[in-house]
Amino acid sequence: MNPYLAGVLLGFVLLTTIYITGRGLGASGAMKSVAVSTVKATAPEHYENTAYYQDYAADHPEGPMKSWLVFEMIGVLIGAFLSGTLSGRIGLKLEKGPGVSNSTRLIGAVLGGLLFGFGSQLGRGCTSGAALSGMAVMSFGGIVTMLAIFGGAYAFAWFFRKMWITR
Amino acid sequence: MAPLIPDIISPEYNYLIAIIVGIGFGFALEQAGFSSTRKLVGLFYGYDFTVLKVFFTAGLTAMIGVLLLSHLELLNTSIIFVNPAFLPSAIAGGIIMGLGFVIGGFCPGTSACAAAIGKVDGWAFIIGATIGIFAFGEMFPLLEDFYMANGQGAVLIYDVLGMGRTTFALLMTLIAIVAFFVTGMIEDKVNGRPVKILNGHWRNKALSAVLPVLMVILIMATPSRKEYTMQKLEARAAAGECNPDLIDPDKLAFELMNNYYQYNVIDVRSPEEYEAFHIATAINIPLDDLHNTTYRELLNQRIQTNVFYGSTPEQAKKACLIARYHGNETSLALNVTAEKFRDTFYGNIEIPDDPTKEEQTLALFRKQAAEKMKEIENNLASREKPVKKKITRVQGGCS
Repeated sequence: MNPYLAGVLLGFVLLTTIYITGRGLGASGAMKSVAVSTVKATAPEHYENTAYYQDYAADHPEGPMKSWLVFEMIGVLIGAFLSGTLSGRIGLKLEKGPGVSNSTRLIGAVLGGLLFGFGSQLGRGCTSGAALSGMAVMSFGGIVTMLAIFGGAYAFAWFFRKMWITR
Repeated sequence: MAPLIPDIISPEYNYLIAIIVGIGFGFALEQAGFSSTRKLVGLFYGYDFTVLKVFFTAGLTAMIGVLLLSHLELLNTSIIFVNPAFLPSAIAGGIIMGLGFVIGGFCPGTSACAAAIGKVDGWAFIIGATIGIFAFGEMFPLLEDFYMANGQGAVLIYDVLGMGRTTFALLMTLIAIVAFFVTGMIEDKVNGRPVKILNGHWRNKALSAVLPVLMVILIMATPSRKEYTMQKLEARAAAGECNPDLIDPDKLAFELMNNYYQYNVIDVRSPEEYEAFHIATAINIPLDDLHNTTYRELLNQRIQTNVFYGSTPEQAKKACLIARYHGNETSLALNVTAEKFRDTFYGNIEIPDDPTKEEQTLALFRKQAAEKMKEIENNLASREKPVKKKITRVQGGCS
């Protein structure tokens, strides 16, 4: 799809979300629900004794998975799958830069995810929840996070160029 | 007025709506090509600026949409979620996310899209992100001070920059157009194509660039729905078309003593002034809020007559006009101030030396009225008060 057209579509999805619910979109929050649920299931004692998880439990009285963003992310998986089916992009694949081995790419993805997940908690939201939704409502905090994400990525891009481009 | 949840759509539907907008979100992201990690990082190496185009277009579309809905009084922007600003943690977190972006090649939303269409690296990123979030949770006691440092609350960017809301939107739109233009040329250069300034379909391109600019300028140039209503109202009042009916304090007191249930007395001063003194049975709706759709039903009820009073007779008249504008024909305005009303009945009621019969009757009436009104107020104080609806900001963000 034309990127500008896709952008307008995405913008209308975000606008509809704000109009109906008064909040924006998000992504990392659903992964937080998964992380917290895992702790709850595997180490219940630790879960009970840690203030961080207990604060989260207080905000989500019906359990960590009963969160708006978890349901939204279920929708994202469905929507992306539909779009992929329509455009014929479904299939097990590992995408990587030229000359990068599979294991390097997988380690990179896990490590990058780890950093992104950590950063999203520190920065109170990721590209969706802080940057995009923050821009729509003209939030100062959201726009600062957006500038830091893209500024940071440009600053580090040169060091990891071998993972993506040949030069 | 929107947001539709919780008043127009029940909060129980919120999760269903989450799935539906999620489907739209996932569909748009995948259609934009965000399930491809090479496309995403292209932004940082200059060979593909799709991310910038989609991201900026989406942000601007939603931003201008919010602006327009608020301009038309269809969306209450004072209660929608605005991400709070904590600068140290926002900047540090953002830079760490930026590093994660170039190493992992995704952000959380796009990794989910990639995972949904079977990309193994998407799943790897999600697993990594979940571990990263877990690590943050475990390290939270060490990070808490830094995380909470310099909290400024839900600050808006245009307030920080000291400009108007629409001025900022216009500025952003112009920056975006320039950015699209420049990155298009960079993209051509990096990919070794001949650099073209406006290749093909230049009419469509110019039109789609002008459209958002025009939209923002239109919002800037036209009065908001509230301003428009007030202007029209004042013009009508100035033309003498719509004169409020007045009621004097003695008449009001008499009516309250005998038929208070037929009147709906509305104090349009500030809540503080209302707390300090208000006429018996009065409720408080500050003049600025009277226009809100929330009170439309109350103003238009036909069982009771609305009586407005304020800190000046003009305030009362204006309130009466607003009620009339929205369709209530029977509203009355008190022709004295709230203070004058208080002094008339609860102040020192002096009977001049050698009073006429009329003066004596009036003084007696006022004393009786004061007592009776106190009695009514005390009786009403024990009645069941309407539940005061607390309007709070929507909770959102990634937590």
